[in-house]
Order: sequence, then structure tokens, then C-alpha cells
Amino acid sequence: MHESIGQIVVSALLANNFVLAMFLGLCPFLGVSGKLDTAFPMGVATTFVMLVASLCAYGLNLLLTSFHLEFLRLISYIVIIASAVQLVEMVLKKYSPGLFRALGIYLPLITTNCAVLGVALFQTAREYDFLQSMAFSFGGGAGFTLALVLMASVRERLQLSDVPAVAQGTALSLMLAGILSLGFMGFAGLGG
Amino acid sequence: MTPAQAKNWDEFMEGIWRQNPVFVMVLGMCPTLAVTVSAVNALSMGLATTFVLIASCFLVSVMRNVIPKEVRIATYIVIIATFVTVVDYVIQAVSLALYDALGAFIQLIVVNCIILGRAEAHASRAAPVPAMINATGMGAGFTIGLLALGVVREILGAGTLFGISLFGASFQPWVIMVLPPGGFFVLGAWLLVFAWWERRKPGADVAEVTQHA
Repeated sequence: MHESIGQIVVSALLANNFVLAMFLGLCPFLGVSGKLDTAFPMGVATTFVMLVASLCAYGLNLLLTSFHLEFLRLISYIVIIASAVQLVEMVLKKYSPGLFRALGIYLPLITTNCAVLGVALFQTAREYDFLQSMAFSFGGGAGFTLALVLMASVRERLQLSDVPAVAQGTALSLMLAGILSLGFMGFAGLGG
Repeated sequence: MTPAQAKNWDEFMEGIWRQNPVFVMVLGMCPTLAVTVSAVNALSMGLATTFVLIASCFLVSVMRNVIPKEVRIATYIVIIATFVTVVDYVIQAVSLALYDALGAFIQLIVVNCIILGRAEAHASRAAPVPAMINATGMGAGFTIGLLALGVVREILGAGTLFGISLFGASFQPWVIMVLPPGGFFVLGAWLLVFAWWERRKPGADVAEVTQHA
């Protein structure tokens, strides 16, 4: 693996966008993208959890590998992510109560966001070193935020348009996501 | 059928039809869209998830009186992660090609909301046998949903079904269907079909179109 930091960021952000190309984190993508006001903080919080989780997962993987306990990887990653979310929750509650209240229920739900576990698993599978892992999780988180914000903006506009009753709800969101995904395919090959 | 059998049948069919995880509840989207590029992948992913679902629901149900309420979610996740690790190693041993095709999505079964949802909503308050019947139904429903996507995407995107060529060499595959956008489009189309079906039923005029959060 000799990808440069820049390549990894651009690839995770655009060409291999977590949501639109790798199908990670679709539940919050479909669930929280109704309004721009919640979509953006959600993206930022997820990015932050991703960075923390990626950092912990990197250290943990070194530890597990040195003891030949690779079969415990999945279980320990999940526990680490759950703890990271708790940590973020506590820190936010102490230092930024406003943001804490704004995020509300979405914060604990980040634990079951497969994008976060995805970051940890992919960085292990691709044998990224420390800096590459950080770049990957930052790019992935930013890509997640980008997709969420784009989707929320489109859906806010769609509230004003007349959609056939059959297509309302999830079916429409999926079609939209498909079109966005089609657009993101234009980035293919960028960043390697 | 005796009343007990009828009740079990009802539990089983709930996951397949009324509460279908893919088409009605729209849960577990990530694996649904990511692995359904071919019917074989879809089927294996469905079976793997079903196994984890049944095994974890059984264990959760057996231990439901032992697990303290405060740490139940964490306990469920550890139980689920254990079975996923088992599945991960089994698939790797049985078929390396399949393992490479499914990639990280086998391990990502852990965060499939269907499993945690079943453990929390059903298995934590049911006896082991009904819990397993319900889990089997849900797993079957999920597998059917995945197959419905996988079959359509494979036929349109590659012109094959389970690897068997259907249309001969002159077929121009609709490549976009096996690429990420195709996943969104095909699932959206299926949801449209089901919404239309619901509306056609007599007296369904007032029935709200299922909204999902």
C-alpha cells in the first residue's frame, strides 16, 4: 500500500463515497436527511466518532495482532465504538450542551452506523498505517457529511413539489439517492 | 392446524410478508444494496444473516432473565458479534471466492439493525422456541428481499441468473444495474411496486403510505 494521504482523502470523499458508492451508513442517510439543520451536525458528529474509533481501532489492532488474537477483532471493535460514542456524548454534554441537545437521539445511534465500523474494518483490511487510517476516516466522514447535506438540501426542495402519492417516502428517497450516486460515479478513478 | 400451530405459522409469516424487513420496514439497507449484485451473493448474504439472527435470538431468549436491563444492548451486541465471527470464519473456510465478493459486509452483519431490533423487540421477551420461529421468518423475509434485488440486478446488469447466461451473446448488459446507482434504483422500484399494490387493495384509499424514519 503506497497510497498518498491526499489520494486516500479524495478517494474516500468522492470516488468511493461511503454512502453513495460503498453503501455504508444508509440508515442515518435515509433517516436524518429530511432537514438540513439536523443533517449537518449529524455528519460532523459521525465524522468525529469515526476519527476517534479509527484511532482506537488502530491501536487495538496492533495489540491484538501482537498477541495473535485476531478473532477477537470484531467484538473489540464494536465495544470500542460503543465506548467512543459514550465518550463523545459525555464530552459534548459537558462542553457544548447546545449541540448535545440538538443532536439528541441521533448521538447514541451512531454506534450502529455501519460507516463507523466500516472505517475500522476497511483500514485493517487494507493495512493502512497510522496517518493513512486517520486520512481515511476523515475523508470517509467528510464524504458522509457531504452526501447527507446534499440529500437533505434536495429533500427540502422536494417538500414543495407535487409527487405522486405512490412514490412518496422511502421509494422517492431511494430514487434520489440513485441519481446522486450516478453523479458521484463521475468521480470514478479520481484519487486512485 | 391446531391453534398452537396456527400461532407459530403466524409468527413465521410475519417476517416474510407483513413485517418484511427489506420492503416493509426498510431495515438493514447497507448489506441489502451492497451485496446484491448477483443472485448468489444475495442468497449467501441472506443465509448468513439468517443464521446469525436465529442463533442470537435463541441465545438472547435463553438468557433473557439473566441479562441485567441496563447493559442489555451491549450484551446483545457482544452475542451478535460472536456469531458473526463464527459465520465470517466459516465462509472464509468454505468458499474464498464468496468471502472476497462479500468482503467486509459479512462482518458488518453485526450492525445490521434487523438483528438488534429482533433481539430487543422480540427475543428479549419471548420463550426460545417462538423467538427462533420469529427469527427464522424474519431471516427468510430478509433473504427473499435480497434475492428479489439480486435476481433483478443480475438479469439486467449481466444477463445471467445464478451465473447461467439467459439471453445469449448478443445481449448488451445494462451495466449500471450492477453498479451502486442500480442498487438504489432497483430497491426504489420494488418499493414503488409494493406501494402501488397496497393502494390497489379495496378500501386502501385512506391507508397511509408507509413512512420510514
